[in-house]
Amino acid sequence: MTQSFRLESGGLINRDKKISFKFNGKNYYGYEGDTLASALIANGVHLIGRSFKYHRPRGFFGAGVDEPYAIVQLYRNGETEPNIKATEQELFEGLEAKSVNCWPSVNFDVGAINNFLKIFLPAGFYYKTFMWPKSFWYKIYEPFIRRAAGLGTASIKHDKERYEHKYEYCDLLITGSGPSGLASAYSAAKNGAKVILAEDKSRFGGTLLTSEVNIGNQSGKEWADSIISELKEMPNVTVKNRSQVFGYYDHNMLVMSERISDHLPKTKKFHPKQRLWYIRAKEVLISSGSIERPIVFGNNDTPGVMLSSAAKEYLKVYGVLVGKKPLVFTNNDSGYETAIEFKKNGIDPIILDTRKEPQSEIIEEAKNMNINIKNSYVVVAAQGYKKVKSADIAKISDNKEELGSIENIECDCICVSGFWTPTIHLASQSGNKTKFNEDIDAFVPGISKQNEKTLGAANGIYTLEETLKDSFENGNLLSKKITNNENKISFPNVVEKKSTVHDKFWCVPLPKGKNYKRFLDFQNDVAVSDIEIALKEGYRSIEHVKRYTTLGMATDQGKTSNLNGLQLVSKIENKVVPAVGHTTFRPPYSPVSIGAIVGREVGKHSKPTRKSPMHSWHEKNNAVFVDAGVWLRPRYYKRGEENLFEASKREARNVRTNVGVCDVTTLGKIDIKGPDAAELLNRVYTNAWLKLPVGKARYGVMLREDGIVMDDGTTTRISENHYHMTTTTAQAANVLSHLEYYLQLVWPELNVNVVSTTEQWAGAAIAGPKSREVLKKLFPNTDVTNEGLPFMGYMEGDLFGVKAKIFRISFSGELAYEVNVESDYGYFMWEKIIEVGEEFGIQPYGTEALSTLRIEMGHVAGSELDGRTIPYDNSLEGLLSKKKDFIGKRSLSRKAFAAEDRQKIVGVVPLDKKTSIPEGSHLVKDSNAPLPNPKLGYISASCWSVEHDNPFSLAILKDGKNMIGEKLFVMSPLKNKVIPVEIVSSHYVDPKGERVRS
Amino acid sequence: MLYIKCPHCGMRSQNEFSYGGDATIKRPELGKEISDQDWDNFVYNRKSLRGKHWELWQHLSGCRQWIKVQRDTATHEIFKTLKANEEIS
Ligand SMILES: [Zn+2]
Repeated sequence: MTQSFRLESGGLINRDKKISFKFNGKNYYGYEGDTLASALIANGVHLIGRSFKYHRPRGFFGAGVDEPYAIVQLYRNGETEPNIKATEQELFEGLEAKSVNCWPSVNFDVGAINNFLKIFLPAGFYYKTFMWPKSFWYKIYEPFIRRAAGLGTASIKHDKERYEHKYEYCDLLITGSGPSGLASAYSAAKNGAKVILAEDKSRFGGTLLTSEVNIGNQSGKEWADSIISELKEMPNVTVKNRSQVFGYYDHNMLVMSERISDHLPKTKKFHPKQRLWYIRAKEVLISSGSIERPIVFGNNDTPGVMLSSAAKEYLKVYGVLVGKKPLVFTNNDSGYETAIEFKKNGIDPIILDTRKEPQSEIIEEAKNMNINIKNSYVVVAAQGYKKVKSADIAKISDNKEELGSIENIECDCICVSGFWTPTIHLASQSGNKTKFNEDIDAFVPGISKQNEKTLGAANGIYTLEETLKDSFENGNLLSKKITNNENKISFPNVVEKKSTVHDKFWCVPLPKGKNYKRFLDFQNDVAVSDIEIALKEGYRSIEHVKRYTTLGMATDQGKTSNLNGLQLVSKIENKVVPAVGHTTFRPPYSPVSIGAIVGREVGKHSKPTRKSPMHSWHEKNNAVFVDAGVWLRPRYYKRGEENLFEASKREARNVRTNVGVCDVTTLGKIDIKGPDAAELLNRVYTNAWLKLPVGKARYGVMLREDGIVMDDGTTTRISENHYHMTTTTAQAANVLSHLEYYLQLVWPELNVNVVSTTEQWAGAAIAGPKSREVLKKLFPNTDVTNEGLPFMGYMEGDLFGVKAKIFRISFSGELAYEVNVESDYGYFMWEKIIEVGEEFGIQPYGTEALSTLRIEMGHVAGSELDGRTIPYDNSLEGLLSKKKDFIGKRSLSRKAFAAEDRQKIVGVVPLDKKTSIPEGSHLVKDSNAPLPNPKLGYISASCWSVEHDNPFSLAILKDGKNMIGEKLFVMSPLKNKVIPVEIVSSHYVDPKGERVRS
Repeated sequence: MLYIKCPHCGMRSQNEFSYGGDATIKRPELGKEISDQDWDNFVYNRKSLRGKHWELWQHLSGCRQWIKVQRDTATHEIFKTLKANEEIS
């Protein structure tokens, strides 16, 4: 294909570098610096997709972020991405893109029958058509919509690209590098302020790239280039292109998405694809410019109808003609600038101006160039299906209501200009109360809520001189306030052509007998008739009209449609536009990829991974790991062909018969010091703590104020005013915050300090009848006999030169010890334990065996202390002191908590002693009862009892106290299991607790 | 994201803090008789005010101090922050 719509010369593209790309399977060429849109237009491709609802042909409407039509599916380096605007996507070698919304192809589209069948036509089609009859939804509508609609397909593959997040602070954040952005950035930077200047496009300069102006003795573009290169050299300035500030949040926090690699065929090594910036700015200057708005007329969605500013941008930036027989339809002077550009490049445009006798410098210039100008003329309808072939035009009466006789003139594009709409999205997001400006028929920012100010065209200022003055001044004032430094810049001489007032005309009436569709929202296919229906049906609030018709609800957030929609409602309702009000703008201004929002926190990186100092030993010894909160813990140590079940049984059995060692580093540890430490523990725990002697440990339970069990663990009195608290792995952080809350806010009079020492200590639990023998070998110089170190005793020892803490506590129900050493010695300790334990048959055991041991002992853990149970439910009522008050005590006398038939922990054994019981199953009286079968309780934890060699579970059961010996059924609909069971005591092994004291 | 002035550390982003509810609730004294209604008010009943509100935050990823923050729940404006031991005036 040849680039038949590319000019011989001109534009800002690099003609020395040809780039090949594919669209809908066909090969094309463009140049470096093209967008996909400019390259396609250069190649004469105007049909790019189908519309969302009616599947009408779609071309290009804009040249940037406001584009409602040209959305493609992009293929890059083996990945695919939906919802990409062809007008924003920069061309790279090997780019591939496909149309969306068409099936089977863009040229022949089945969905286009919508246009004729009119099933989906009226406003509120989602609500009306699809609701009735109900059965039609699944069989007909949904499959049809899924197939025929949508803006592309998300990849189901793992995204191998990297996305990063960055936090930044600055004095001034300036959004947009047009004249106002450059001027304000420059004067602020000269005052020494820390400035971030963000530009959405790849090129800096905004409208200076396309307008015929002079600043000083330079052209607009030259001036922009010189300012940018100076700013780039300044150490206090960060200049970012391809960076869209899309969200304005509380307390002047803005979020910007930087597209680092999207314009390259492949992301460079060690580079992210995109970066999300969280910017906390002292002041924000919004210099986002304005977007041209369309004039509404018949078939105004035909490919070839586009914004006049876009046509000019394609000419001046890309050297591309959007058509060779252009018609310019305008209500203001901007259309003339586009026509003049066409003329300069040897193309004869026709201007239709809705105004009767406008006079200005620009119009004069057009006349002098012999451009054909028709005043008081409008386009009634575009003709042509896949591309504009001609236009029906007519004279319009002075009151703009009567059309003259229709003439048909040949053209291949219609460039529309209905004046300019300030881009107030960011200001509105910040909470600014926007106001309607009658002069420009659009909303502009009003009273600021946060530290933001809007400049230039975004504020409705449309002359360059005024924009620059205002922007230099604001940049100077705001930065001076922050830096106390002023470096005044002399204001340059500005040359621009004067323009005259625009015509408030925005919608062409329908000619008699014609029923052309006149579109307001081009992305969601909302036409004038839809709004009329919605109003006829009684919708009044603009928020309701918007939702009923989907006006402005597409991914472009109505950038080109909002104001015309408001104009229409105000006209029908006979209200002024500000009385209609406008809908709220919400972030993001433009779609942001999910990858950028997620950043690096994907998969394994979604949370930190914590490993104990003994981790590498576990790895070397075939440990299979499991996630325990953020920790990685050995689940079991695989021997030969063993599976989880076999290995955990072996490990647990070895603890019951010989001795095992388990890595318990993950337990939360809190160091508590101070003269009131005992008093704090006495208030936090439910049992008594004032009389615990030095060198002793005690088991304790702590509640929340609502009486629910928060955590359990042992706390040891190391010395007079020093305690060592342990918490469960999961609750470690919460317990610390809990203690800090009471110490700082509730009882500041208590003289106590708490600090987390979880990372400071490595822990090993040595459990089993032979554990004392192992301990004797570990600490040959310490008296670890039953008398020297009794149950719940504590002492310090010397472990081959390493200081160790020895606690005689047990989680397994066996004679057991926990040894703690400073983390750096954890690996050494572990190796020593394995070494000296060898002769006693020591084996490491993982969390699965650990669970088995605690379950058959009836020792509660996280699955019972699940935030829904009180001490009684866990048979911990013996630990509730009657003599003292403690956190949560008062709640325990609530009626439900004191009920006679309150739930309680029990043991559950299957009658056949074989079938294992799934955790989470329900307990019922009658397995055949009609649904919903009343639930009596639930299985909290299950294991294979190594002591009894049959399955055993713990359950929380209603009236559990009186249920021992009952026969019930365990039901697991998920696993399709019904198991007859017997309720037994939760203490299935050593109910008297003799072993731990042996 | 809010920008909160920790009285100990200075201006910090919200993601360093965790929220702790109404700062004006006083825990009943330990060991004192209290009616069911008063206890329920302390544990459960909150006003969920629209507008100015004193609330607790903990500077979790900073100095770990609990602080008092006067914030407008509708606009997020923060008027004042206090240390845990400073009385709300
Ligand atoms: Zn702090």
